[in-house]
Amino acid sequence: MTIGSVPVKFRISVDHDQCMLCGRCVENCPYDVFRLENGKIHVNSRKCVACHRCIAMCPRDAINIRERPVDYRSHPVWTTEAREAIYNQSRTGKIILAGMGNAKPYPIIFDSLVLDACQVTNPSIDPLREPMELRTYLGKKPSRLETRQRDGDVEVLTSLSPNLQLETPIMVGHMSYGAISLNAQSSIARAVTETGTFMGTGEGGLHQSLYPYQDHMIVQVASGRFGVDINYLERGAAIEIKIGQGAKPGIGGHLPGEKVCEDVSCTRMIPVGSDAISPAPHHDIYSIEDLKQLVRSLKEATEWKKPVFVKIAAVHNSAAIAAGIARSAADAVVIDGFRGGTGAAPRVFRDHVGIPVEAAIASVDAKLRSQGIRNEVSLIASGGIRESADVAKVIALGADAVYIGTAALVAMGCRVCGTCYRGLCPWGIATQRPDLVARLDPEIASRNVANLIHAWTLELSELMGAAGINSIESLRGNRDRLRGYLLDESIMKVLDVKPVGA
Amino acid sequence: MSNQWGPDAVMDRVRIDAAGMHYTPLNMAIRAAVAKGAREIEIDHVMGQRFIADGLKGDVRLIIHGVPGGDLGMFMSGPTCIVHGNCDHAPGNTMDSGLIVIHGSAGDAVAHSMRGGKVFVRDSIGYRGGIHMKQYRDKRPILVLGGNFRAFLGEYMAGGLILALGPPPDRPIRERGIGSGIHGGRIIVRGDVDDEYLGVGAQKSPLTREERDEISPLIREFATYFQRDPDVLLDDSYVQIRPSSSRPFASKYTWE
Repeated sequence: MTIGSVPVKFRISVDHDQCMLCGRCVENCPYDVFRLENGKIHVNSRKCVACHRCIAMCPRDAINIRERPVDYRSHPVWTTEAREAIYNQSRTGKIILAGMGNAKPYPIIFDSLVLDACQVTNPSIDPLREPMELRTYLGKKPSRLETRQRDGDVEVLTSLSPNLQLETPIMVGHMSYGAISLNAQSSIARAVTETGTFMGTGEGGLHQSLYPYQDHMIVQVASGRFGVDINYLERGAAIEIKIGQGAKPGIGGHLPGEKVCEDVSCTRMIPVGSDAISPAPHHDIYSIEDLKQLVRSLKEATEWKKPVFVKIAAVHNSAAIAAGIARSAADAVVIDGFRGGTGAAPRVFRDHVGIPVEAAIASVDAKLRSQGIRNEVSLIASGGIRESADVAKVIALGADAVYIGTAALVAMGCRVCGTCYRGLCPWGIATQRPDLVARLDPEIASRNVANLIHAWTLELSELMGAAGINSIESLRGNRDRLRGYLLDESIMKVLDVKPVGA
Repeated sequence: MSNQWGPDAVMDRVRIDAAGMHYTPLNMAIRAAVAKGAREIEIDHVMGQRFIADGLKGDVRLIIHGVPGGDLGMFMSGPTCIVHGNCDHAPGNTMDSGLIVIHGSAGDAVAHSMRGGKVFVRDSIGYRGGIHMKQYRDKRPILVLGGNFRAFLGEYMAGGLILALGPPPDRPIRERGIGSGIHGGRIIVRGDVDDEYLGVGAQKSPLTREERDEISPLIREFATYFQRDPDVLLDDSYVQIRPSSSRPFASKYTWE
């Protein structure tokens, strides 16, 4: 009783006048918040994670959730979160595990950047009338082309590296089968196939039922090498080496044994119920030279037919690391910012390690240009891309394309409750429990994800048209189309943008 | 290759001179020979070419004379590689199935993340041998070595078997971190290992008679490849290192 109960995080109330005792809240809540007893719905608010499944399913809008209904004595330093973390760790002596992305209220650079539009001196372009070129090619571009003219035809003599052709610069990032359900993965797979873009498999192998979509899938090779064999590598449209992740830079991953069911076991190629442990480093990569060896081994295994990407977490010296990667024969570098989501990460890493993707992309792009090797790799930005404006801004800061993750999950119903690590996702996304997975209908969810990609693509072309730009290539690295609004001078120097009014 | 034998020739045995050859054309020549039905490919003058048999599939035997570079047989699925010489780092890296026999020593991370097949090394290996080997259903990777090994043997091991037959009993093992983070599979070492050299999560136990019987075919196989007397090895004492838990990290975390 030294510490006693800490206040409930959420208070549920049921309007009993509205409630018709249908019991949908009871059925839908996997956290056992609700029970129907003696003709009345009873609640245990302490179990609530605010996933909103009950709210979404209640036919009478009879349920209400209030966050933090009990006030602590307010204090600017000893926040509720700080105090509750101490209570937790003083009881358990353990590392706090958390979900989703960075939950600290750091200022968001995207929200202090504004986009440009044409007025009078050069006309804006109407995307309804004029073609807008959003097609994006990811991979190496030759620094020069050798050509020969013969009978009026031009023959390209330079041998070209394989590139991925995207119809929109928006891809869906790597979320493994295991971290998310097969229904969630196949919904995304259908959506990217329909919209002409790509998704990542994550480090969980490629389930057989996704083979029809393999031409739109980037297969991942991470430090655990789960699910990796030559057939897997040959199936992917591209291969991505995962060095790090924005949500937890510098550490590995553990898929708890509870999530390794029969099917997950088969795809990852590990026994049922065993922990899938991805070590912090790849133990065959201890240097930038070793990375080059892994890149080349993957290319050699697939006969140089597939682009190879390297994903790193955005950290202090990302620019120098990316410059090393660009010289390793890799075709693209993925920079995952510190707002990137995750199924589970130690809270201390999620909230405190890494840097924002906006600054990382700008500095990587600048470094590669200054060394004359920007054409050697494409740049993919990820981690905290919430809307089409973020896509436009990060491309203007130097990215070629983006990966979205959380946004795609939200499109499938995710309420960002951040409890993915419990494996009980009531939306059927971050769970392997068959009854919960069955709640996610790939017919509908794939439509939602495709709609989102389509809508953002439309907005992106409108934003470009307004700025008088008709090709995504003219937006890329075009910092003149950005202005910093109340950003300090040092950040604006890193981003290489001028302040508003200048 | 095709010019030498004609487009339709089926050659059981092929010989490639790798002198001065880059690894990509070398692998292309190997793949071309396999595609034409070669069952045995002998490669001479190998000097540091990496990725030999990388991702190679099929039932073919490669006889390699010289010193292959890193990642020999990476992602390999099926073939056999007999190396007459030493190997650089990570032979058998993420190998799926097949056999690698090394008449010499090999560098660091031998059999890294290997998921099936066998690797036999006549002499010693470097650091992190058999790191993160894993098994699944009928696939159980096996690494057998006749000499010494350096630190972190079988680190993060998730499945399979490492059998260390050396060094001779007069030179005790003094390499730390054996099996650190091990959560599946077994490391069997000839002689004894002092507890202070075991990694976190590893525990030592004697072999049962059944377990000894299980390793004797491997000892005989090793002895056959390298012309050693199996009886000396069969008669000696062994100790095994196993995970103290299959869930080494299960109690490390508390929910937010």
